[in-house]
Amino acid sequence: MKRRGLSWVGEHTVLVALGVLFIAPVIFVVLTSFMSSDQTLTASLWPNPWKWSNYTEVFTQVPLLRWFGNSALYAVLATVFMLVSSVPAAYVLAKIKFRGANVLFTAIIIAMLLPPQVTAIPVYVMWSGAGLTGTLWPLILPNLLGDAFSIFLLRQFFLTIPKEYADAARVDGCTELQVLTRVMIPMAKPGIAATGIFMFFHSWNDYFGPLLYTSENSDWWPVAYGLASFRGIHGTDWGLTMAMTVLVMVPVVVIFFFAQRVFVEGITMTGVKG
Amino acid sequence: MTATADALQSTLGVPTATAVRTPRYRLRRRLVTLALLTPALLGLLIFFVYPLIASVYYSFTRYDLVSPPEWIGLRNYEYLFTKDPKVIIAALNTLWFVAIMVPVKIVFALLIAGLLARARAANGVWRTLFYLPALIPPVASVVAFVFLFNPATGPVNQILRLFGIDGPLWFNDPAWSKPSLLLLAIWVMGDIMIIFLASLLDVPREQYEAASLDGANGMQKLRYVTFPNITPVLLFALVTGIIAALQYFTEAAVASGVASGKAVVGEGTGNNLGYPGNSLLTYTEWLYVRGFSQYQLGYASALAVLLFVVSAILLVLLLRRFKAFTPEGAF
Repeated sequence: MKRRGLSWVGEHTVLVALGVLFIAPVIFVVLTSFMSSDQTLTASLWPNPWKWSNYTEVFTQVPLLRWFGNSALYAVLATVFMLVSSVPAAYVLAKIKFRGANVLFTAIIIAMLLPPQVTAIPVYVMWSGAGLTGTLWPLILPNLLGDAFSIFLLRQFFLTIPKEYADAARVDGCTELQVLTRVMIPMAKPGIAATGIFMFFHSWNDYFGPLLYTSENSDWWPVAYGLASFRGIHGTDWGLTMAMTVLVMVPVVVIFFFAQRVFVEGITMTGVKG
Repeated sequence: MTATADALQSTLGVPTATAVRTPRYRLRRRLVTLALLTPALLGLLIFFVYPLIASVYYSFTRYDLVSPPEWIGLRNYEYLFTKDPKVIIAALNTLWFVAIMVPVKIVFALLIAGLLARARAANGVWRTLFYLPALIPPVASVVAFVFLFNPATGPVNQILRLFGIDGPLWFNDPAWSKPSLLLLAIWVMGDIMIIFLASLLDVPREQYEAASLDGANGMQKLRYVTFPNITPVLLFALVTGIIAALQYFTEAAVASGVASGKAVVGEGTGNNLGYPGNSLLTYTEWLYVRGFSQYQLGYASALAVLLFVVSAILLVLLLRRFKAFTPEGAF
């Protein structure tokens, strides 16, 4: 209570003003999603009457359920595959000394940071040879062989677990595999959860990948990619477009609110250890 | 320790934790290590090492995916540096995002993190509010912004009109399209803001107290206590931000597609990239157009190799400067 003077008032005024600016776009989008096409072209910013049917109409205008299904397939399988392949690799990099570890780790960092467009062409040629272009499989299957960013992040989490736990388990007669499954994985749960959520969001939000592989086959479009093409297909109906925009945002926002603590910890982990 | 020494120790009955490490145990352990690493090793070889080498090879060929690559020496590079009509435009557009968007975004993220830290609002509602936009799928936030800023009926120009201001054409004007995306980038600064916030809160309180005792004022504390403590995180955000800006694609492509009002489907994909008037044509978009709309995979590979060279320089900087990226890591 001691220094609620002018600077306190000033700071909070700025904070509130910025807060309003930051939340305003979301409010306008939600309001517009309840407007008819004609209303969006008028000066009014408040829906009158509220056109709730935008949210059902959008499902009949485009194969939205199918696109949501594609997104779910992509995000869930990519996440599960990534965890199966990347958790063991991250554990080894964090906790076991072996020849070549430094080279391997440096390669993973470079793979993680390099723009995907650098390797896109030969990778596309490979998938084209396998006959899988036109589907989302070229974006899902590689996760069975590890994902560089996930390995990096998981390793950072494994590093925070004291080595003594693993040593104690070894003295008790655990094999290396048991050390991983019974000691390390349970202790790294928050980190694994955060990495999984990142992967899920990354796949759900992906645009470049689906553009590359599925742009000519709308049966395989994920919902984010479908949204980018929606207005082109359906002219200027901003009400419908905003309804679909809200629908694309909802799943990630819901997941975020359920996993906020784990998630924020994960973001901090990506940068703070610099 | 050698096997003989191990055996000797066991015979002598020296109690040691390494007594269980027989040669067989060590072989087993090595095999398990290798098995755990195998998927990731294969992944690196197939999706990283091989494509890098293949990109360099393709860049010396003419290749359209249908007939096999045909060796043409340096002609792709010659065309890239002397004749390609749009590569300069695209490179300059990308440079704009690197040189202007990245620093502006960092400054805003730092300001808001600083406000939150000072207002003791580091947790809960305020932090979530400023972080939330970063969470929204990029395609959705771009579509939302093109709507908000659409010249005739968008809320932004409506509100500006209330103040008697005639708003610009935003995403439909070549002079305003990049600044419009800059506003979007500021709106989604949440992920780096969270990192800055954590770093600001990590600054040891005692250092501020010591500075106060020495008679430092607010500015001096900022200059001599806060900044030295957060410099590594700032640099990290700068370098990773530049690498992200080099591959800037989604926001520009979606903004062009939605603002032009044309579908971004199939064959027409390359047609409206860059709208309005090539102002949003980024380097990676140009690579995409050449490679996947015009199927000049050899030439697109030359563009990819150039992108690799530029990124590699930044990567070397990162790898040498940041502990988290060195094998010794965060110990």
